[in-house]
Amino acid sequence: MEIPYTVSTRPDTGLWNAKVGIWLFLASEMMLFGGLFSAYVFLRLDAEPGYWPHGLLNVPVGTMNTAILIASSVTVVLAWAALKMRQFMRYKIYMGITILCGVIFLAVKLAYEWPQKFEHFGAYLKTEALEKYEPYLGNHHLMEKGLPPRVEITGHLHNRAALNDPNIKEYEIALDPVNADPTNPALDRPHFLYVPPTEKIGTIEKADVERATMFLPTHSAYFASYFTITGLHGLHVLGGVLVFIYLWLPVSTKLYKRNPEHLANRVEVAGLFWHFVDLIWIFVFPLFYLL
Amino acid sequence: MNNPPDVSPDPSEHEQYAHDVAHHVKKYMMVGGTLLAFTALTVFLSYVNFGTQKANVAVAMVVATFKVGLVAAIFMHLSAEKKLIYRILIFASFFVLALFWLTYLAWYDPIHH
Repeated sequence: MEIPYTVSTRPDTGLWNAKVGIWLFLASEMMLFGGLFSAYVFLRLDAEPGYWPHGLLNVPVGTMNTAILIASSVTVVLAWAALKMRQFMRYKIYMGITILCGVIFLAVKLAYEWPQKFEHFGAYLKTEALEKYEPYLGNHHLMEKGLPPRVEITGHLHNRAALNDPNIKEYEIALDPVNADPTNPALDRPHFLYVPPTEKIGTIEKADVERATMFLPTHSAYFASYFTITGLHGLHVLGGVLVFIYLWLPVSTKLYKRNPEHLANRVEVAGLFWHFVDLIWIFVFPLFYLL
Repeated sequence: MNNPPDVSPDPSEHEQYAHDVAHHVKKYMMVGGTLLAFTALTVFLSYVNFGTQKANVAVAMVVATFKVGLVAAIFMHLSAEKKLIYRILIFASFFVLALFWLTYLAWYDPIHH
């Protein structure tokens, strides 16, 4: 049996069915991500001064990934336009570039950005211990300028065993620039370029620490929402790439020969999903990387 | 019209059709370029001090909303779509707003603030 309205439009809606389907799905996706962003706003507004970290993510890498995703949105729409013009080779090329962009985006996230976070360490200090670690925090300097205080010391953990061994009483951290030179006015606000931890080692007694973890979802509400939202977004990118690969394989060449408009409609629908994924990232990027 | 029209069965019209689609392709490229430029602008503005952190967030969200509007209107063809799709989206937007309203209620707690 032939499935109706894959190419021709239904007289009552004026649409072919898959288009209604994808928009219903995207409407449910709006609510899914809407709920998560709403939770983000809630957590962020509720954070005490100094407890919502800034400048912990790599901005140039994030900017590059944003550009890659935008470029792939352009190429997928060009792939669709090529099909509409019945230029199949061009379609294959544009779709190939789109798939490549999606794969690069995921690779950067999974092989570089996330692992780099898992290697980074942060220790939130108890309020009464803040004064003791003033040489690493520079809070007097910040207060004079009316900036929020620093309550965490970050960097690379030298004695990894300290995480699990209760006999080790202190953390030895290769300090991030901001804790190595906390009164440097150039470091009052985050920078565009990522600067790795310095050679300077800071020692922090466990007794003074409120909470200390690697940069994992357990680290803070910030990283919990970061990993949840970028993780879910990454799954969407993966889903989109898989669909695009299917639309790129020989099975789609067969469909093209049988009914090119049907393939064009499939690409349009997959493209709509892809643009939505891009659209979510346009909000994620400034909220997590920049502000 | 935002969408290129379907290929006409009449071969004599093909040339005109290809010309129309080529025009759309140019538009898609320009929108892509604008989006990239506004990404750079977002990054730049985040290092400008607008007084408070909240002001910086507001500026970034204005730019992001503009970018999202471009993606939705041009790439997703929402600038010229059928009524049913707008209905679906308005319905969903209502619930999205309700989700944010819950956050607002929690934040605007008259007892704690």
